[in-house]
Amino acid sequence: MSSPMTPGIATARLAADALAENFDDLHAPFAPHEAAVAADRCYFCHDAPCVTACPTDIDIPLFIRQISTGTSEAAAKTIFDQNILGGMCARVCPTEDLCEQACVRELAEGKPVEIGRLQRHATDTLMAKQRHPYDRASETGKKVAVVGAGPAGLACAHRLAMHGHAVTIYDAESKAGGLNEFGIAAYKSTDDFAAREVDWLLGIGGIEIKTGMRLGDELTMESLTHCFDAVFLGVGLGGVNALRNDGENKEGVRDAVDFIKDLRQASDLATLPVGRDVVVIGGGMTAVDAAVQSKLLGAQNVTIAYRRGRDAMSASTYEQDLAASKGVRLMFNAQPVAIHGNGAVREIELEYTSDNGSGLTGTGETVRLAADQVFKAIGQTLTTDGGLDLEGRKIAITGAGRTSRKGVWAGGDCASGGDDLTVTAVAEGRDAAMDIHATLMGLDG
Amino acid sequence: MADLTTDFLGIKSPNPFWLASAPPTDKEYNVRRAFEAGWGGVVWKTLGSEGPPVVNVNGPRYGAIYGADRRLLGLNNIELITDRPLETNLEEIARVKADYPDRAMIVSIMVPCEEQAWKDILPRVAATGADGIELNFGCPHGMSERGMGAAVGQVPEYIEMVTRWCKQYYDKPVIVKLTPNITDVRKPAAAAMRGGADAVSLINTINSITSVNLDTMSPEPSIDGKGSHGGYCGPAVKPIAMSMVSEIARNPETHGLPISGIGGITTWRDAAEYISLGCGNVQVCTAAMTYGFKIVEEMKSGLSQWMDEKGYTSVEEVIGRAVPNVTDWQYLNLNYVAKAKINQDDCIKCGRCYAACEDTSHQAIAMSDDRTFTVIDEECVACNLCVDVCPVENCITMEAMTPGEVDPRTGKVVEEEYANWTTHPNNPGAVAAE
Repeated sequence: MSSPMTPGIATARLAADALAENFDDLHAPFAPHEAAVAADRCYFCHDAPCVTACPTDIDIPLFIRQISTGTSEAAAKTIFDQNILGGMCARVCPTEDLCEQACVRELAEGKPVEIGRLQRHATDTLMAKQRHPYDRASETGKKVAVVGAGPAGLACAHRLAMHGHAVTIYDAESKAGGLNEFGIAAYKSTDDFAAREVDWLLGIGGIEIKTGMRLGDELTMESLTHCFDAVFLGVGLGGVNALRNDGENKEGVRDAVDFIKDLRQASDLATLPVGRDVVVIGGGMTAVDAAVQSKLLGAQNVTIAYRRGRDAMSASTYEQDLAASKGVRLMFNAQPVAIHGNGAVREIELEYTSDNGSGLTGTGETVRLAADQVFKAIGQTLTTDGGLDLEGRKIAITGAGRTSRKGVWAGGDCASGGDDLTVTAVAEGRDAAMDIHATLMGLDG
Repeated sequence: MADLTTDFLGIKSPNPFWLASAPPTDKEYNVRRAFEAGWGGVVWKTLGSEGPPVVNVNGPRYGAIYGADRRLLGLNNIELITDRPLETNLEEIARVKADYPDRAMIVSIMVPCEEQAWKDILPRVAATGADGIELNFGCPHGMSERGMGAAVGQVPEYIEMVTRWCKQYYDKPVIVKLTPNITDVRKPAAAAMRGGADAVSLINTINSITSVNLDTMSPEPSIDGKGSHGGYCGPAVKPIAMSMVSEIARNPETHGLPISGIGGITTWRDAAEYISLGCGNVQVCTAAMTYGFKIVEEMKSGLSQWMDEKGYTSVEEVIGRAVPNVTDWQYLNLNYVAKAKINQDDCIKCGRCYAACEDTSHQAIAMSDDRTFTVIDEECVACNLCVDVCPVENCITMEAMTPGEVDPRTGKVVEEEYANWTTHPNNPGAVAAE
């Protein structure tokens, strides 16, 4: 067995029990007593700020009250009515930037009601106990194709199926779930939750999933629009931005999303190679997820290098603190300029930056960090636009996900607007489904 | 989803949750919002006779009692009946009822104890199309000094007389609202029944002073340095109200008389408890005043979930289910023996059970050096105080002993047979068991 000090990229830096502990639930589920105490703190605010802050508009005060009166199943129903992936969102939502930031008790005491964990308590209770809680309307005879089995596609498909439409979901990967399954840190989705949630969601009926089908390869927009009454694209962002540095192709330099994907699909974490000195380039959630998990796998030194200041980092303060608490070093105002090494990466050269108001510029001063592994997490890009109009680098949409092509909707990370969160993707998928339903049934007078 | 539709005295409503006659039902604006929020019915705030409207104080009308975290447990008020013109109220009632035909609309009335006063107002109320009336014989402040409200409700003969007038001059259901400020609530309930009441509703508010300002030495709510007793309501009054409801439900004289339950109903569970004690529906006020009309959503979803879990398909099936189990102390089974049990996995080692038992009860809990708390079965009388003071739900439970076991406290074998005080050897008046 190797250790954190083992040079280069190595597997099994930590013992199996240490790995198991490191990758256990980041937040353990509430015990019943904890849930009762946490729920009691909710004031049942009028026109509650937490609801306003939730992209899916979950009636948070109502579901918390339902928990406190001993009806967690009813609470879960309140959540799922708005967000069928409420179980995953309870685990991965940056609540500290959304509902919990808006909580009046955050204002009053700096301690918000623990909405995310309460949501998990409710959704776990129902999912453990009951069959799928919704009934499907009678068949409408309409067929809808959903491309992408991530949060947006799943939410869209569920809502469409509930209204009686026949849905076929196509996904390029070998299994459904999108970023819930292949992205997101493992300690936020333990016990194969993403896959279990998909199975549970499919309980509505009327949804068929076809994997290994990629738009642009096995699928074309022409055939989809020809065979289906409507098409929803929730293809996400399949590409990764390049550093455009010298040495980017050296061994040991890879995309953070690939590393996270391998980690999520690994049956034995000890088989996963990780460097002794890991440097992650980027400032978002993917950067934090890759850095923290590198550390948890046993890397000796992990650094996140971000070209701007802390204020500009898109990972929340909570995520930054999480990284720091796990021993990740956060380095700000440093941009990569070169990757050194003979075949494999050995060092990364970073240049300090400053922003004097007219944009970010390098100061000319550089620093080298030891690195046997470099993860790129500087943003993802759209790889398939289906020939639709773009806005910026995403599929242009208006209203509830309508694209430039009649009969084609889009939502989630691939669509313009939004903030690339799971919960936003769910909201967009759901709303597009309602618009598709209205359109197909002639309800959109 | 269980069917929450209720039929109370022939008055249908989509759920058993009505808003009680009180500030939330004082005008069209509120009642429309309440119906939009999903309430099954309302009892419009009490109307008085034609003439100059009543006058309210211009300072604080409410006082409160709080639990931990400033949770409102009890509210008292010194507001009077509606202070808006009679005609305005009647017009609004008619308009709202016409727009919401599926909701129950009851009009609360309080006029002087004279036949003519009732004869005058009843046809005008009938003309609104409301589904029934509720006689406010309960308001304990302001109006009672004028011979109305609780002043009538405390004299069974008056109740019977006024109820009879109402049945004579009004042809829809008459509900008599009872005051709890009386020794034996069965008496006014029976009087209402004799007068022909279709139902009783209870409780109205309880005479109360919620607090005293120790700087000004004035009771709260304070009006220019003085306070008056007000009507107490909210979660704190629920046990008192439920006892009164059960007394009427199990009294042979009034058994079967429909009851509308009122008093601190805040959650679905409160409502289910009232209904199990014989209520055909419930009326809510403080919960709405504390949390807004939206609170009804939890009541509906919770009652529905519970009914589904229990296999009840209608509210009707739940009504009165607990009434046969309300009995007098002398009929409780003295051969039933239980012992407290502390679940060590759930125990957070606060020691409240120990303090309660050691200082004020039976010295039946042992405390070890490492703060492990265990029940001493030789001393435990199963009083339940430890359960009641424990901050963790279900951490301490009462476990019934199995017949045949020896109770370590008494050294006696636990008997299987039921035996109560009426046959107990220590009872000088004991009758031989047959």
